[in-house]
Amino acid sequence: MTTQTNTRTAGIRWFWFSSPATFYPLAGTIAWIAGVLAAVLTVAGLYVGFVVAPTDATQGEAYRIIYIHVAAAWMSMFLYVVMAFWSAVGLAMNARLAFILARAIAPTGALFTFIALWTGSLWGKPTWGTWWVWDARLTSELILLFLYFGYLALQASIDERRRADRAGALLAVVGVVNVPIIYYSVQWWNTLHQGASVSLTKAPSMAKVMLLGMLLMALAFWMYSIAVVMIRARCEIRESQ
Amino acid sequence: MNDLLYLNGYGFYVWGSYVVTFALLAIELVALRKRTQRK
Amino acid sequence: MLSIARTLVGRDLLLALRRKSDVATALLFFVIVASLFPLGIGAEPNQLRAIAPGVIWVAALLSSMLSLARLFAGDHADGTLEQMLLGAAPLGVVVAARTFAHWLVSGLPLVLIAPLIALQYDVARPLYGVLALSLLLGTPILSIIGAIGAALTLGLRGGGVLLSLLVLPLYVPVLVMGAGAVEMAGAGLAPDGQLLLLGAFLVVAAAFAPWATAAALRISIE
Repeated sequence: MTTQTNTRTAGIRWFWFSSPATFYPLAGTIAWIAGVLAAVLTVAGLYVGFVVAPTDATQGEAYRIIYIHVAAAWMSMFLYVVMAFWSAVGLAMNARLAFILARAIAPTGALFTFIALWTGSLWGKPTWGTWWVWDARLTSELILLFLYFGYLALQASIDERRRADRAGALLAVVGVVNVPIIYYSVQWWNTLHQGASVSLTKAPSMAKVMLLGMLLMALAFWMYSIAVVMIRARCEIRESQ
Repeated sequence: MNDLLYLNGYGFYVWGSYVVTFALLAIELVALRKRTQRK
Repeated sequence: MLSIARTLVGRDLLLALRRKSDVATALLFFVIVASLFPLGIGAEPNQLRAIAPGVIWVAALLSSMLSLARLFAGDHADGTLEQMLLGAAPLGVVVAARTFAHWLVSGLPLVLIAPLIALQYDVARPLYGVLALSLLLGTPILSIIGAIGAALTLGLRGGGVLLSLLVLPLYVPVLVMGAGAVEMAGAGLAPDGQLLLLGAFLVVAAAFAPWATAAALRISIE
């Protein structure tokens, strides 16, 4: 892996890192810092969420699930967008590293989607009586999970690396364009069929403290994701040599 | 301590959520660990 | 460009007519799936009337997906696809023509058969029009978006199932709006919003998806 191609675009320093070889050590450093931040933020978030924040009047202690439920849901959507972004960069600039990053994000994104669904289900049971609720958000999360699985399945079924990279990238870009359309369709579908009865989106009216707890957990998950994605990207770089 | 576990009857749901979440994240890390050590 | 498209569509239709079994299979699948639901759920008329729009739409979706696998496979096998890639005609136009021909053969028949299924489900007469219109607008969208998936999974093992996994999430808005239009009409409300949205989806999909499909074809073949 040489870096001579990068001197052509001299003046734009960040292209220096677009070669997998030079990115490798940087990724390691980022992973360390992000990992530490993740741990700190998790402790802070859980402290605020459990010790500082009061019990909710209507939902009792069950509402404490939202700290990780909402954070995981945010991450699942955010990671998909980032994955699509790197996919687009890869397709536009034919940059191997962009494809590596996109591939590295997918498993973590899928994991957070699953966590959002799992915690959503466990929150729904004591609050609304059923293990699954076909509300707009949960249903959209379910479809997002299918989108992630589709991406992973497509990559897994193509042996040739170049085709796998690019096919997956195209799928991710097509997917991200569809996500808002899917979300609003499901929203409308939900109002048509359920009226105003059940809505997991009606979280308890947020006390500032609860919001802070959620934010801290979201940041913690974000740092965790960065760390994991960096490590996974390093593995990919090492394995492809 | 028991109060913390029981959480007014919601203990199963709250801890069920948190334990599974952090377990999954831990598994992801372990799997990644194994992958780095393989090569 | 139009003459190229016309020639392609004509050729595809000719090929399809020679392989009538493919057309018939998709159609039969549609009818069979729709017939399975009462067998599974029970034939209570009110229940059937309520689920009819959804069932017909899901059956149309599945049938459309089944026939998608064939969209590029034939040409890929005998080398015509590579020729199209190298040819003078813009690949997007070629793709659009093929997709249109595919819809004429696999989607339009569903629109025409749907009233029969509606009859089976004892759907109220006034709803037939909305049902047909929703399918008329929706099935082309299914073909157009499905073509992207067909191009991406060209020649892959696990083909058909993988194609379904990729494409079904993208179908959700079409399903929701299509079935929803009929349900709105059934509830006595105007389905205009849903039908207009379907129309909008169709226009946007027709404008952009062929280029995505063309890109996917290049990725799959080069």
